[in-house]
Amino acid sequence: MFDLATLQSRFGEEITESSFRDNRRITVPASSLYPVLECLKNEQGFDMLVDVTAVDYLEYEGATDRFGVVYVLLDTAASQRLIVKTFVNPPQPELPSAYPLWKSADWLEREVYDMFGIVFRGHPDLRRILMPEEFTAFPLRKDYPLKGIGERHNFPVITRAES
Amino acid sequence: MPLTQLESTAPEAPEKEFLWTLNFGPQHPSTHTTLRLVLTLDGERVVDAVPDIGYLHSGFEKLGEHLDFNQYVTIVDRMNYLSPLANEIAWHHTVEKLLGIELTPRCKVLRTILAELMRMHDHLLNVGTTGLDLGAFTAFLYAFQQRELIYDIVEYASGQRFHTSYTRVGGVLFDVNVDWANQVREFVKGFRPVYQEIEKLLTRNRIFIERTKGIGVLTREDAINMGATGPIARASGVVRDVRKDDPYLAYADFDFNVICSQGGDCYARYLVRMRELLESIKIIEQAIENIPAGPVNIEAASDVVLPAKPAVYRSIEGLIQHFEVLMPNRGYPVPHEEIYAATESPNGELGFYIVGDGTPRAYRARTRPPSYVHFSIFPHIIRGHLLSDVVAVLGSINIIAAELDR
Repeated sequence: MFDLATLQSRFGEEITESSFRDNRRITVPASSLYPVLECLKNEQGFDMLVDVTAVDYLEYEGATDRFGVVYVLLDTAASQRLIVKTFVNPPQPELPSAYPLWKSADWLEREVYDMFGIVFRGHPDLRRILMPEEFTAFPLRKDYPLKGIGERHNFPVITRAES
Repeated sequence: MPLTQLESTAPEAPEKEFLWTLNFGPQHPSTHTTLRLVLTLDGERVVDAVPDIGYLHSGFEKLGEHLDFNQYVTIVDRMNYLSPLANEIAWHHTVEKLLGIELTPRCKVLRTILAELMRMHDHLLNVGTTGLDLGAFTAFLYAFQQRELIYDIVEYASGQRFHTSYTRVGGVLFDVNVDWANQVREFVKGFRPVYQEIEKLLTRNRIFIERTKGIGVLTREDAINMGATGPIARASGVVRDVRKDDPYLAYADFDFNVICSQGGDCYARYLVRMRELLESIKIIEQAIENIPAGPVNIEAASDVVLPAKPAVYRSIEGLIQHFEVLMPNRGYPVPHEEIYAATESPNGELGFYIVGDGTPRAYRARTRPPSYVHFSIFPHIIRGHLLSDVVAVLGSINIIAAELDR
């Protein structure tokens, strides 16, 4: 069962809870993210990591941090969801990987890295997953335009003789 | 000419020299779409599999930030194209939760019927093509004939067979009529005999069992830890179904069972899908006789739905409302909030994470696709099996590349 008081007494008062409709969320500072996730998994029963995603708050009204990273946890026995949210900032957006806790973090974190450039420390295989290996930008960042920055028009043309 | 013995002093083979690499896909009949696997093989045995995905990546989530809630539905359909309506329902379920809209009873039941038809649509394809890939051609024909009937039903309701774009915020595009309900009844009546035929062809088929039993075993602990949902998790003994655990639409009103199995192998996944077909038909049977009367959309005054056509043509308020909804620079207020909501799509938990910024466009429209998580499990469950089992396991986890890559 989710217990906010335990988390606060152990990892500091900066952990805050909020809710919207039926979503229950906690906001955790990036420095204590891994211990909080570990506690939630091992002691409070959140045995499934359903989703990891990120939001770029560059143009968001009233936002103070650049990236929000969202972990959607699920307690399969009690059918309870919890959303854990943390914030990271450029130039080095970096978080500990949740892979040692949940194996589903593998590809989910790779996608966040691919799309937002957030590095997950300790991830076993942090490569691009959807975009090609040689792609340099992070397409879901808000400063990346919808039409791209010319990648599609500047493909190197390989002639028959060269191939 | 005397034969001279070749020098047999070849250096000792390095540890892994006997392994060879096979490129499986991107175009292979059994992947059905564009997937690529780089397999490391020891003879015919799979030592490792590295999926290489992204061939169909077309930036759906980026598009979601530029299209409004109703426009994006046309993109959402194209994710899991085996059950387009299930995606639309999942998307608008999340949007309506963000906006705090309570649907009309008629719309809830209608969407429930459509969602279950889509589940059958997806499972029929999966069962059929799994058989097809393993050499059992006939079951595929029975399954596809039933899918055609579902296409007809969906076409009658929405005007489109495939990419229906049928749901709207607060309702659906058109209401259905009695003829449609009769068409569904007709389908339900004819389905069970065909189900029996498919079952006769596969369930106790010696070859099919040999090819699937004990192949690709996923244990319960791994299924939870690796994020498996839907039929794949249930085949591994995880008793979880969003329809029961967190009821949405009208599921709480209908009687159905959550089908689980202990096996965790390809055969168990096949069995779970087959039994879920029967549960879906049970839900449809109950729902089609109990479609509530009344409007299908929420009341027009709520400023997110288009008003009825007579109101547009005969009153200035209706006309204003019509343009308020349609003009790109107008719109309705959306909370500055974030929401995650999930539905039980045929493949597993299909969730959306939407960040609202006050405009009817999502600031961020994240999709949690079940196929993506399931494909990351694939290397784990294929290790140690034969090359021919790759096809069986791929079929049983039902990877939809368009949903995988988005």
